[in-house]
Amino acid sequence: MTGQGRLAAWAVGLAALVALPFVYRDPYHLHILVLILIWSFAYTSWSMMGRFGLVSLGHGGFMGIGAYVTALLWNHLGLSPWIGIPVSMVAAGALALVVGYPCFRFRITGHYFVLVTLALSGIVLQVITATRDYTGGSLGYTPNRATTNKLLALQFDDKTTWYLIALAVWLAGIVVWHLIDRSMSRYALEAISEDEDAAAAAGVDVTAEKLKITLISALMTALAGAIYCQYQMFITPDTVSGIAVSLQMVFAAIVGGLFVSLGPTVGAIITILLAETLRIGFGTKAVGWDNLVYGVLLVLFIIFLPKGILGSVLDRLKSQRKVSRTHEQEAVKIAR
Amino acid sequence: MQAFLDIFDIYLLEAVINGILLGGVLALLALGLNLIFGVIDVTWICYAELVMIGMYAMYFMVQYYGLSYFIAAPFTILLVALLGALLHYLVIAPLLTAPPINQLLATGGVLFVLQSFATVAFGIDFRNLGIRLPVLAFGDMNFSYARLLSFLAALVGMVAVYLFMTRTFTGTAIRAISQDRQIMALMGVDTKRMYIITSALGGGLAGLAACLLVLQYDVHPFVGLSFGPITFLICVLGGLGNFIGGFIAAFVFAEIISLGGLFSDLEWGYVLAFAFFIVMMFIRPAGLLARRR
Repeated sequence: MTGQGRLAAWAVGLAALVALPFVYRDPYHLHILVLILIWSFAYTSWSMMGRFGLVSLGHGGFMGIGAYVTALLWNHLGLSPWIGIPVSMVAAGALALVVGYPCFRFRITGHYFVLVTLALSGIVLQVITATRDYTGGSLGYTPNRATTNKLLALQFDDKTTWYLIALAVWLAGIVVWHLIDRSMSRYALEAISEDEDAAAAAGVDVTAEKLKITLISALMTALAGAIYCQYQMFITPDTVSGIAVSLQMVFAAIVGGLFVSLGPTVGAIITILLAETLRIGFGTKAVGWDNLVYGVLLVLFIIFLPKGILGSVLDRLKSQRKVSRTHEQEAVKIAR
Repeated sequence: MQAFLDIFDIYLLEAVINGILLGGVLALLALGLNLIFGVIDVTWICYAELVMIGMYAMYFMVQYYGLSYFIAAPFTILLVALLGALLHYLVIAPLLTAPPINQLLATGGVLFVLQSFATVAFGIDFRNLGIRLPVLAFGDMNFSYARLLSFLAALVGMVAVYLFMTRTFTGTAIRAISQDRQIMALMGVDTKRMYIITSALGGGLAGLAACLLVLQYDVHPFVGLSFGPITFLICVLGGLGNFIGGFIAAFVFAEIISLGGLFSDLEWGYVLAFAFFIVMMFIRPAGLLARRR
């Protein structure tokens, strides 16, 4: 596909997505779409780091901070989410820098990096549970309903508004992904993930590049948490923070495809549709079944399809095109 | 001095000793994980879930089939050892040459599978053995008999592993593999077989831990999450694959949790332990006992 054709396809697809809620109004399906968009954004944020070999299990922590800081500021200080969300993002970003800087400075990579970030999401989960006087502990937390100014409180009743907000946020995530994909940072980070010493010798500032991507990823994840909180109006430590949420991000990103921009989105579509189908099909008996299927899929994917569904499909298409092109060249050679 | 004495009261001593007792079981868990990491170079994220399955096995054998605790325990250890070998055979072996992160994530998938399998098969109720061991009163301090028993059993288990590793041919081969993976195959050691044996041994240790933990805690599908993360942190703090480091780190962590829980809620004990871990990672990235390079 040429650059122009690709742009046109994106434009048409986007126009269709924007127009959708005005044509199709089934509230349940819109709800699922909003969830898919919000989680896609969160998974995309995770994959920004994950694609460069920085596997973090701390993103549940960033998401929890985004959700809880926004809600706590609104309930206790009456601070509008319009201010609360940036504050929560700054908080998550600061935490990412505080943990990230020593990690990258002291060359904590691989298993060790995964386990340090695991401790991070453990801390956030435990702090939320321990400060139950303010956060409601494991019973969950609800932002107060706004009575007068809904816009100021960022609380909307109709699904269409939420759909458009989620769509905008998701799109912003994809745009950021592409900006990084085209930047020098991408090449620097790819070099780092191959060999840190060689990259440093070639003049890449390893610590700075890693910190930059970690910061962007943490800020976006916190935003995802805040939007999720504003949409659902109910959060519990287990749904927005902790190790389970972190693993869920890893899982969806890997199933969809880590190395392509829409991979995490495909992952979100698959996981959420799977969970919803099982929930509707089996009712309360489905408790646990969705995770059972997730787990089996995750293992199978890592063994047989490490590039994910979308990644593998695109690879297949690309290699076919390449094959046909080499055939042409050979044909020309013979003709000569 | 008076202020010091005020803090150093009988409850503090009780908490310190309880911390040591808790440390025994944590050290046992860390030993199993360290063994697998040291030899196969893989982190089993789902290690605590194997323990959870073992706890369910104990529960069903004792409660439903009326076996006595001491007959059920060896069966549980065997069962979890088998699970460990199976885990290696099905999940780790195909991924041995893949990037280490993939192995870690695959066992993360197994974590989901085991957890939700328990949810589907056993429900989310909290269950316990119904065995209530007496409480040991010592002066003004109270210690649970179960904790003391677990501590002793954990010590025995660790000594047995130590003897196995140092006195038998297989144990020597396992230690040799952990030093150099490539060369041992040339020395005529069947590495595949050694990996399976190590996995079974690691699983067996998880099974022993399950038999001990089920005496103290209720079992439910998510029980693994309550001590799984702490086990990994212990192993990393001690230096992945470093048995003695893991042993010491287990007691350090247990004391932090126990003392933190004394002065405030138990959650703050965990927060303190996690924060301590992150700080230690920056001071000693390769573990407590690592030599500075």
